[in-house]
Amino acid sequence: MFDIDVVTLSRLQFAATAMYHFLFVPLTLGLSFLLAIMESVYVMTGREIWRRMTMFWGTLFGINFAMGVATGVVMEFQFGMNWSYYSHYVGDIFGAPLAIEGLMAFFLEATFIGMFFFGWDRLSKVGHLIVTWLVAFGANFSALWILIANGWMQNPVGAIFNPDTMRMEIADFAAVIFNPVAQAKFVHTVSAGYVTGAIFVMAVSAWYLLKGRHIEIAKRSMAVAASFGLAASLSVVVLGDESGYLATENQKMKVAAMEAMWHTEPAPAAINLIAFPDSAKQENSFAISIPYVLGIIGTRSLTQELPGIVNLVEDAKVKIRNGIAAYVALQKVRADKTDTEARATFDKSWRDLGYGLLVKLYRPDIENATEADIAKAAALTVPDVPLMFWAFRVMVGLGFYFIGFFAVAFWVASRHKLGEKRWMLWVAVFSIPLPWVAVEVGWLVAEAGRQPWSIEGVLPTFYAASGLTVADLVISLGIFLLVYSSLAVVEIYLMLHAIRKGPAGPERSEPQGAGIFPAAVAAEPQIK
Amino acid sequence: MIPFVPLDYETLRLIWWLLLGILLIGFAIMDGFDLGVAALLPFVARNDDERRIVINTIGPVWEGNQVWLILGGGAIFAAWPALYATSFSGFYLAMMVILIAIILRPVGFKYRSKLTEPRWRAFWDWGLFVGGFIPAVIFGVAVGNVLRGVPFRFDDAMRVVYEGNFFGLLMPFALLSGLVSLSMLVAHGASMIMLKTSGAIYERARVYGSYAALATIVLFALAGIWIALGFKGYVVTGIQDTAGPSNPLGKTAVAEAGAWLANYGRHPWMMIAPLAGFLGSALALFAYQRRLAGFAFVSTALAIFGIISTAGLSIFPFLLPSSLDPNASLTVWDASSSHLTLWIMLLATLVFLPIVLAYTAFVYRVMRGKVTSDELGKNPNAY
Repeated sequence: MFDIDVVTLSRLQFAATAMYHFLFVPLTLGLSFLLAIMESVYVMTGREIWRRMTMFWGTLFGINFAMGVATGVVMEFQFGMNWSYYSHYVGDIFGAPLAIEGLMAFFLEATFIGMFFFGWDRLSKVGHLIVTWLVAFGANFSALWILIANGWMQNPVGAIFNPDTMRMEIADFAAVIFNPVAQAKFVHTVSAGYVTGAIFVMAVSAWYLLKGRHIEIAKRSMAVAASFGLAASLSVVVLGDESGYLATENQKMKVAAMEAMWHTEPAPAAINLIAFPDSAKQENSFAISIPYVLGIIGTRSLTQELPGIVNLVEDAKVKIRNGIAAYVALQKVRADKTDTEARATFDKSWRDLGYGLLVKLYRPDIENATEADIAKAAALTVPDVPLMFWAFRVMVGLGFYFIGFFAVAFWVASRHKLGEKRWMLWVAVFSIPLPWVAVEVGWLVAEAGRQPWSIEGVLPTFYAASGLTVADLVISLGIFLLVYSSLAVVEIYLMLHAIRKGPAGPERSEPQGAGIFPAAVAAEPQIK
Repeated sequence: MIPFVPLDYETLRLIWWLLLGILLIGFAIMDGFDLGVAALLPFVARNDDERRIVINTIGPVWEGNQVWLILGGGAIFAAWPALYATSFSGFYLAMMVILIAIILRPVGFKYRSKLTEPRWRAFWDWGLFVGGFIPAVIFGVAVGNVLRGVPFRFDDAMRVVYEGNFFGLLMPFALLSGLVSLSMLVAHGASMIMLKTSGAIYERARVYGSYAALATIVLFALAGIWIALGFKGYVVTGIQDTAGPSNPLGKTAVAEAGAWLANYGRHPWMMIAPLAGFLGSALALFAYQRRLAGFAFVSTALAIFGIISTAGLSIFPFLLPSSLDPNASLTVWDASSSHLTLWIMLLATLVFLPIVLAYTAFVYRVMRGKVTSDELGKNPNAY
């Protein structure tokens, strides 16, 4: 019934284009605020070097931003192109944050980005500073709305199914906006962006210091980035923990898979520090665990149990049976609107309709599902456990690394020793790919952990795809592969070119050893 | 459970149909000149200096303009989810072509100026040209297909089944529509170039603009004649509940020759739209002759407004007719979001769109004046 190849290729394409897009987004989120901070220092102190810093990092920001825009347009249209049933089924809710994102965020960001580059001589100092802040706010607002949309995919609140239109419709828009999952994801994600921006600035500046170039700009940039990055790395870990905690409420399977916890344990559960999950045998072939820890961080209590994967699969069977009942009632209601008995059954069980649809993968007439079909559908609710387990550990490990890195960098910078600690500079240079690794595996945890759902508990992924052909997908994937790889080469080349060229103006003629913190800078005699 | 909504469902659907038109026209006017300028780039500018001037006429503003396209996509998703789901998946490969062309724009603008090798720059010049020319044509081709009807139906789960292919989209009438779209946007782009440049570039834009405006008149008239001579439109045959649930299968419709002209008979005031299309292009011709750049810009914008409105009014209440199963056609009354979503989105639009228009106006004011190579030399960020 479903062309599973089309579904798989559509997933591959969405994952590839989204992950590629998200190479550029976090840097935009982080650098935009760093630019705004640097320019604020310029306006407050009047020191020309801060303007040159803003312009230099602005050049790199611009190269990155262009790719973010180019790859972002694709995302907006792919829902309709590749996930047309999804668009029909939840467009009533999901479309709204996307449209508001355009109205409130993209216009702001995109209209003022032109002024950022072209307005230096046409605006007053303060006027230009406001423009820079507006770009930063625009970028961050867009993250807010897209994460409200994504948060709803993880935790679909405030919506009900309408049998007349065969889709989910909005009931409570405030619940969608103030969805706790969305709010935690928003702060977690933008903080990850700030960490990315901060590491980028640290790494490039460290490279200049190691080469003895642009020393004054590099030191100041590192000081700003170290403080910004320390705050952001603390925030990203704390809000990541909050996201995980919220997932124990509504995405129990995701949490169980992240922790490779096959069976419910007596509370508080032990955490698996390292494990080799074996999905076929439904056990870990090897594990090092610490007692109590998972129960405490997962439930924030000593008594609440965290359900294991095998137990959740059993729960899913109950929901699937309930969902099949909802499906049967739905067919009756659609055939005869006056069938009040069927309507009552549907109203009671519609929340599990999505679980019933899981059986569609195995037979179109799900009302005749056998126990074997139900067992297969229930097994489908388990995401890829080894992938989840390890991706989660990589992300968390990097999160703690960033805190440590920025703490040390902040300490070194505040003692004005950045120039002396060369090991510190090398660490900074080699840290440059790490935030990207962290954000990409983070999205893997979030989205692969949502499988088999496109909307958690509501709409199976295989049920959401468009009726395209394999040929369509092969063509589009081929085109994306070709265009995106070529652009990646060009982008990296231009970035390196701009970094090698460095900031405009003199390389070494600045006074050495000047203060690097805004306060210290302000205290220096003004040299005009 | 559902909160009170002060406007009834039918009114909100009509408002959102108007807003859809406003967004598409907004896109065609604001981003349309970017497309037109890019499509004219190889013709009006003969050396690198001139090309830089032309690119920088839109350099500071094109990103904001492109948001009209993104907003258009988002608004269709939010207000007309069935339209979003059906058209974007049905036009899959055509959408791919547009996406790739559009991907070339941001990188073309930004990356071209980063290196000075002539081959590098020539490559991105062509990239920008493709990024303007292709979308300008394909948007028109898409409208032509909508007028013709698109081969889709729904199964019993309201899943859209599409039975066309990419080359089926390139039928003669759709190609004619593509040319109307191209000529109207090229004329608009020429007006913009005249507003922002002087000398040789200005003169060339004036010439190309005149040809484009003339072509718009001829091609738009041809399309009209084609529609009048036995072209099959669609009519709703049964009674349609204009405030009913959004289920396209709740009505009956048939294809019928001349149906796309019926609205003009019923509501003669609608003739304003095609007249505006012709008048705008004619005024633009006059303005090019007299070297009135500002007037030319307003005129080509008027032509765009008229031509897009003509398409929308002709097919009302249809949004996307189905040639395969006319009963499955999407109309204003059965393809919208829920009552509450339309209301929430209207509130969001009423709050944010005026703010957007205000700061967009501010940016154009700050960036006013002609682009000169002198100025480009002073700004290290210029493209």
